[in-house]
Amino acid sequence: MSLYKQTLAELAAGLRARKFSSVELTQLYLARIDAHAGTLNAFITVTHESALASARAADASLAAGRGGALTGVPFAHKDIFCTAGLRTTCGSRMLDQFVSPYDATVVAKLKDAGTVMLGKTNMDEFAMGSSSETSYYGPVKNPWNTKLVPGGSSGGSAAAVAARLVPAATATDTGGSIRQPAALCGVTGLKPTYGRVSRYGMVAFASSLDQGGVIAASAEDAALMLTAMAGFDPRDSTSVDTAVPDYAALLGKPLAGLRVGIVKEFFDAGLDAQNARRIHEALAVYTKLGATLKDVSLPNLPLSVPTYYVVAPAECSSNLARYDGVRFGHRCSAPRDLQDLYRRSRGEGFGAEVKRRVMTGTYVLSAGYYDAYYLKAQKVRQLIAKDFRDAFVEVDMLMGPTTPTPAFAIGAKMADPITMYLNDIYTIGANLAGLPAISIPCGFVTDLPVGLQLVGPHFAESAILNAAHAYQRETDWHRLIPQGSA
Amino acid sequence: MALTRAAIESIAKLARLELNETEIPVYQDSLSAILDFVGELDRAATNDVTPMAHPLAGLSQRLRADIVTEEDAHERYQQNAPQVAAGLYLVPKVIE
Repeated sequence: MSLYKQTLAELAAGLRARKFSSVELTQLYLARIDAHAGTLNAFITVTHESALASARAADASLAAGRGGALTGVPFAHKDIFCTAGLRTTCGSRMLDQFVSPYDATVVAKLKDAGTVMLGKTNMDEFAMGSSSETSYYGPVKNPWNTKLVPGGSSGGSAAAVAARLVPAATATDTGGSIRQPAALCGVTGLKPTYGRVSRYGMVAFASSLDQGGVIAASAEDAALMLTAMAGFDPRDSTSVDTAVPDYAALLGKPLAGLRVGIVKEFFDAGLDAQNARRIHEALAVYTKLGATLKDVSLPNLPLSVPTYYVVAPAECSSNLARYDGVRFGHRCSAPRDLQDLYRRSRGEGFGAEVKRRVMTGTYVLSAGYYDAYYLKAQKVRQLIAKDFRDAFVEVDMLMGPTTPTPAFAIGAKMADPITMYLNDIYTIGANLAGLPAISIPCGFVTDLPVGLQLVGPHFAESAILNAAHAYQRETDWHRLIPQGSA
Repeated sequence: MALTRAAIESIAKLARLELNETEIPVYQDSLSAILDFVGELDRAATNDVTPMAHPLAGLSQRLRADIVTEEDAHERYQQNAPQVAAGLYLVPKVIE
């Protein structure tokens, strides 16, 4: 079988058994990245030379018998993670020339694990979007149909994994930015518990919601990556000091007795009927594996999108105040005075959606509106989090669709922000409550992949990965590769 | 809620964003639509609810001892600055 069709777990095992070298693997994937650059636009930066240097170092470690679980495995970073000495653009003109002065903690950890970074993936500008169309570097295309979006904001990572340009890629999820593109591209996307993966060196969007995670071909691959990425970081004040288990070693437990909550609000009028059918078929697999399904209701969940579009823009307007044209980032030419410098540098450096969110956030935090919008939203957020807590008294995890529909056409939703925002209607709840969640491929609707979402209680990554892995041992949706990429 | 042109100009000023003539009506429409959309939150009864401050219940922001732990790396950081001189960031004259 062609190497690129193997999972990351299989590749890592092959490297350790010296069946092939990291240099060979790296050359293979770099050639695939170059071959698909024009059709998919999944990468902003490709690091040919440093990748081969890391691969040679990994091969030396493997030859000396010092290889770890991920030594020599190629992968990519979403271009939101700071990489020392390398451009980090966050998909924005604002950071077009920005060279990271340091490594994000996730970047340092994956380097220490001996992995080989092949480049930085394309994304919605500052991770604000659900289609990867707002990038300054042009839209990413869905490998299953290049007229369609891959989802977003981690669309470059999802498209790259779907087309097997890399076996895995890092990603971030503020309102669904890992799970939604994973669903639309037919790959596995894991958003860990808030605080599980360090946010240090991850360009901030909405700090109480942002969480780093991974997109890979399988739950087992995601488990291997998460084990290397997770952990306490004194440099992130919201990082949680809880031991990191070997997530991959904990896979394979039987599902007998697992109590699965079927969230009534996930099966609303907006859910495409065929999409719903795929979800019910996937749930039947879980019943066959010994799980019990139980209907649950999260009555405040329908308010999660409006809650998010107060909280996230508020935090965004505050976080993005740092782009002032003074210390780093884009500066306008010939500013008349300091105000002119601020206003034109930001007006030119930010794209349309980023400006929309900065202004929404500025408005909801402004004098006279704070209580009506921001404080109200933080109270509703509390109610939504409580709905989840109540549900987890009765069930071990929740399941439902990741998205209301499969991938849509490039350009179809750009004129109407609210329609675009509603793509994340099933994913935002987990961010508001800080919960771990995963999307796994569970079939097709008109030749386009559909994602099943599993949501667990805080720090239940192991349980949702185990349930996802059990499904992937019964099905082969996660093994399918788009025709244009095979 | 329909935001006026003046309201958009005032928000843009607060946010330090220069908008051109074609952008203003676009944001008038979309910000008005967003505020209508988030207005749905009024439906929720929240009288006795404590606003959420942290996604993990019971956890609060960690504190650390007030000691210097980072090295001085201003030269490295200033390589990304548009204009510096003698270790300082340069901006247009503020006081005439």
